[in-house]
Amino acid sequence: MNLSKGLSMFYSSRALENKIDEFLDRISEAGLIYKKAIHVFLEHGVTEDFVTHADQIGHIESRADELRREIETGLYEQNLIPDLRADVLSLVEDLDAILNAYDASGYRFTIEQPVFPATLHPDVLAIVESVTNSVEQITIAARTFFRDFNSCRDYIHKVRFYESEADRISTKIKRAVYSSDLPLANKMHVCSFVEMIDNLADMAEDITDKLAIYVIKRDN
Amino acid sequence: MGTSGIVFLSSGLFLGWSLGANDAANIFGTAVSTRMVKFKTAAVVCSIFIMLGAVISGVGAAYTLGSLGAINAIGGAFVTTFAAAFTVYSMIKCGLPVSVSQAVVGAIIGWNWFTDSVTDVNSIVRIASTWVACPLLAATFAAVLYIVFKKLLGSVKIHLLRRDACTRLAMILTGAFGAYSLGANNMANVVGVFVPVAPFSEFSFGGLHFSAVQQLFFVGSVATAVGVFTYSYKVMGTVGKGLMPLSPFAAWVVVLAQSMVLFVFASEGLEYFLASHNLPVIPLVPVSSTQAVVGAVIGIGVCKGAAKNIKWSVVLRIMCGWVITPVIAAGICFFSLFFMQNVFNQQVYVPKNYTISEKVFNRIVDQGFSAGKLSTLKGEKFGSGIEFIRAVERRLGKLTGAQQQKMLDIAENVRLSVDADKIETLDNRLFSADELAQIKELTGQRFNYRWELQAALAKTGTNWEYRPATILNKQYNKMLSQKLTVIENAFIVRATDKKRTSACGCTER
Repeated sequence: MNLSKGLSMFYSSRALENKIDEFLDRISEAGLIYKKAIHVFLEHGVTEDFVTHADQIGHIESRADELRREIETGLYEQNLIPDLRADVLSLVEDLDAILNAYDASGYRFTIEQPVFPATLHPDVLAIVESVTNSVEQITIAARTFFRDFNSCRDYIHKVRFYESEADRISTKIKRAVYSSDLPLANKMHVCSFVEMIDNLADMAEDITDKLAIYVIKRDN
Repeated sequence: MGTSGIVFLSSGLFLGWSLGANDAANIFGTAVSTRMVKFKTAAVVCSIFIMLGAVISGVGAAYTLGSLGAINAIGGAFVTTFAAAFTVYSMIKCGLPVSVSQAVVGAIIGWNWFTDSVTDVNSIVRIASTWVACPLLAATFAAVLYIVFKKLLGSVKIHLLRRDACTRLAMILTGAFGAYSLGANNMANVVGVFVPVAPFSEFSFGGLHFSAVQQLFFVGSVATAVGVFTYSYKVMGTVGKGLMPLSPFAAWVVVLAQSMVLFVFASEGLEYFLASHNLPVIPLVPVSSTQAVVGAVIGIGVCKGAAKNIKWSVVLRIMCGWVITPVIAAGICFFSLFFMQNVFNQQVYVPKNYTISEKVFNRIVDQGFSAGKLSTLKGEKFGSGIEFIRAVERRLGKLTGAQQQKMLDIAENVRLSVDADKIETLDNRLFSADELAQIKELTGQRFNYRWELQAALAKTGTNWEYRPATILNKQYNKMLSQKLTVIENAFIVRATDKKRTSACGCTER
């Protein structure tokens, strides 16, 4: 009885490991597609290509939602990692919130179609780069939390770096927008999009703060 | 014997219940408290393996009655067992983990006190040393294991979930092994003394044969399992989270450290293995699983630099519990024996007589004691061990515990009659056919001292002689001592047997 229970315990934990890995893969993938989507948007506006990318992110978000629910149920049903379960659930939910933000951002572009002055395009691409990098680093940090939590701190540090970089670029863009000749409504519209993009990095940074605490807890 | 057997056995079952309630916490306390193993799972695994250990491996130790074997009347054994069980129960009620064997030794001290028997000072020293040495050893082991395994796991980079599954499995396996050992080693201490009065008879079912002792041990283990299910949860809480919060990994290290301390410092098998391979022997020290678990938790706390997280007030409470357990058990036993003897008119001990006859005097002198001063005691009789030892010490000065025991063994006057009928009752699983034949050679002979019977047996073959006291001979001598005790107890002439013995025409030596 105990042997079969032990084997099923290993089997189910292996299945859950795969789900966590897939969940993190989805976030990483969503970041890459988001970057491509913004490139397309800045060059050609809301084209079929852009809508396809936005839809792709939507599908990824749906799948990630499924995975999140399966992970949460699995952790509770099988009574796994009782000491860190709440932390892992919170981590998964926070990461899912980033995916939701990617998804919402993509659809907002398709609906509101903001007009970025051409002079700002390099900065917009730079902020998207920093933001997606910070999200990428948080997925790596989350992955290492599960396997090699001692290295987690290295990635946490990188997330903070990219977040401050995104903040810096965001401020630069806002200054440039408000000193331009654009109508005030346009200025406010563009800045709200910049804030929306920058918010993704802020979300990643918030997760790192929590993750740093989880690492200390796991270390004990 | 039927009804009275059940009544006497009830205190053994009570002790079994206390053992389950107390010791399950040592095995699964940390696992349950860290929520790695559900209480129900822990209780089921613990109960099954305690039963298996008791029925498969425990029966072999039925003759090793432990310390309770020293009590020579079933009424006394009933009260002593009850006193130990009640003490453990009271401690569990306060949520304090205690040592069941120390409660038993405490109760025996109460019995010795009541019956004017000599208490081996070493047994008290041994208990006191366990309070300090055992937690220290366990704390050191736990700290070292924690550091080593943490480094090891850090380098392996195993997934958190797989590590969780491994830890869980390791906890269940270690717990199952611990439960098996508990059943195998402790059931004899709990119900072994009631083997002669147990109301069971042999039976076969589906080709399997179940001896009366196996049934008794099974019933004892059922009582232990009931103890695990009904009352162990509270003590598990004290061990698992009362002292300090533990991570599942640390919880497993605690259980591992406890098992290793017991294995390294209490295993005669390991000692024999090392000695037989000319390896340095680790000295055996008295250890207790309860004290080891508490020490291990503290060790991990200190090692993690989290000594401030340890609830020292709980530690102090637990340690007070350890100290007062034998004292309370001795007190309860003393007063219960008084009631048992004077209110219920039950025999709680068989009085022992000590006589310094010519033969005894010569043997004492042969053992290296001074003849001159002892000669004044020749021909004197003593009604209790304490009286006898006091008289000897007045002449020879203070004796060590071992010397006292030697004196008592030589001078104890016991009527032994080697009766053919009683030889038939000797267990042929304990004695070989050759040994039974050697015993039969003594049929009809009578002895006044245990050592006389031993000497007569030694004349029938060298297999009845003790070997030099070396580590390699320890197991052999222990087994021989058990066999001799069983033979002596079988041939003792009780007051009720006297008439029959005088009619059998035995020859007294």
